[in-house]
Amino acid sequence: MVLKMMAVFRTPRKLNRSFAVSLMLFAFLALFGAFMALPLIYAVNNAFKPLDELFIFPPRFFVVNPTMENFYDLFALMGSSWVPLSRYIANTLLITIVGTAGHILLASAAAYPLAKYRFPGSSALFSIVVLSLMFSPHVTAIPNYMMMSWLGWINTHASIIVPSLAFPLGLFLMKQFMEQIPDALLEAAKIDGASEYRIYWSIVMPNVKPAWLTLMILQFPMLWGSDGGSFIYSENLKTLHYALGQITLGGIARAGVGAAVALILMIVPITLFVISQSSVMQTMATSGMKD
Amino acid sequence: MQMETNVRPAKEVSRPVRLSRLARIGKELNRSKHYYLLMSPYMIIFFLFTVIPVVLSLGLSFFYFNMLELPRFVGWQNYSRLFLNDDIFMIALKNTLMFAVITGPISYLACFIFAWIINELSPKVRAFMTLIFYAPSISGNVFFIWLIIFSGDSYGYMNGFLMKAGFILEPIQWLLDEKYILPIVMIVQLWLSLGTSFLAFIAGLQTVDKTLIEAGTVDGIKNRWQELWYITLPSMRPQLMFGAVMQITASFAVADISIALAGFPSVNYAAHTIVTHLMDFGTIRFEMGYASAIATVLFFLMIGSNKLTQRMLRKVGE
Repeated sequence: MVLKMMAVFRTPRKLNRSFAVSLMLFAFLALFGAFMALPLIYAVNNAFKPLDELFIFPPRFFVVNPTMENFYDLFALMGSSWVPLSRYIANTLLITIVGTAGHILLASAAAYPLAKYRFPGSSALFSIVVLSLMFSPHVTAIPNYMMMSWLGWINTHASIIVPSLAFPLGLFLMKQFMEQIPDALLEAAKIDGASEYRIYWSIVMPNVKPAWLTLMILQFPMLWGSDGGSFIYSENLKTLHYALGQITLGGIARAGVGAAVALILMIVPITLFVISQSSVMQTMATSGMKD
Repeated sequence: MQMETNVRPAKEVSRPVRLSRLARIGKELNRSKHYYLLMSPYMIIFFLFTVIPVVLSLGLSFFYFNMLELPRFVGWQNYSRLFLNDDIFMIALKNTLMFAVITGPISYLACFIFAWIINELSPKVRAFMTLIFYAPSISGNVFFIWLIIFSGDSYGYMNGFLMKAGFILEPIQWLLDEKYILPIVMIVQLWLSLGTSFLAFIAGLQTVDKTLIEAGTVDGIKNRWQELWYITLPSMRPQLMFGAVMQITASFAVADISIALAGFPSVNYAAHTIVTHLMDFGTIRFEMGYASAIATVLFFLMIGSNKLTQRMLRKVGE
């Protein structure tokens, strides 16, 4: 699959391309690239600005005298707060890691039979999954709350983690990606006497590593940015993102600290994407929806 | 489903004619029991938190329910109140449709156009540009940076810039002025909207069969626009479908950004959407039946426009 993609890649095919149009298109791209990037660059710069630069008029975009002050302030502030910062970080990590790993595991286990076999209900189930891509989770917010309260999961991390395990997009992408695993490979394993579970675990899973990373990239930012919503009330169960919200509510005095937290929150998912980009693109090539 | 597996042993196989339909299904189920077992953890959660809630929400929309008393059946009353007696819902509906009609198609086109241009770049530059365009959608809730940009005092970037350049004399209350709220939320929404479908398009463009393009030039395709319409677009139709679903669903679901930028509720409901209306009744007023009616309307709006768009996309390149 990789080889095939490589072969299609960048073969010389510059037929009928006018240079002027190319130039215009790239200028267009650069312009909008700047629009996309500037707020993020600004966020990075802000985190290193001393207080007087944060409130200068006219406002300055780039930092002149970079300082780590905001980060020191953040740790000082968090050290003195009622719930220590480490607690928020631990909560966010717990939700994000369990939610992401569990999602990859469950979605791929469900995707394997759907991608490779026909059995009663298989196409109906997949249609329901595709249909559920067409509405946002807001639609189910009210019954979900009642479901959580019946299960007694209100104010537990399970209320955030468990529903996220079964997000439909992950199953959809995983299934589309698994379809290209050659049947012969599975047949051979079956002849050797491997059970379906064995095939799933030691043949299918190692072959869909790019899709794992893709599911991670889609799931991670969502959970990482979760503020606990309406499910979590106890302060010691709340997340880092919630803590950020509380700090920025401090207003002008906390602007520098807020910028520092924002940088921390933003840098993690972006770094993950940088690492996994080529795998993600490989998975997305199979994301197509047949009607 | 595994319960029905041990039906009809070998005896009946010798008389296949007598095998009833039920028994055949039973055998089929028995053969695929491993598949059901593999799918069960995901499917149980999926049904519990997605499928059943949709059905529940539909049912609940015909009741009055406040989480304390037992639900009381009210028939179509929630819907008639929603469409005839709720002016705020009409504002929310109008705003949501504005998002759907403006940010939906623009973000979809932007995803495709940027992907298309990026695809022409060399792999290293392409990876970099992909990161630049994709980063906002995964950088979590960094969109509050826009709060600083559009801050209502002279320290806000937009105000500072415009004042320095001499366009305005005193700061504009960007996020408190009805005129500006909705456009600003739209701009930020667009900024965040180059997500999954953008990646799908870039990846899809890379899989377009180059021999098709060469064959096309032989058949008289003259320029890149014709190549785009007759070859590239039709061969990535599956990705286009997928991208449409992602963008449409997202554009109907605007809420967090509106709340973060314009407040909840926003000034004169200028940035109120169906989802924020739903939150209002669901999490503040606890009128669960009424909120379910709003959710049901949203559900059908989303599904309806997705189906409609898919029908349109089938015509691409014809």
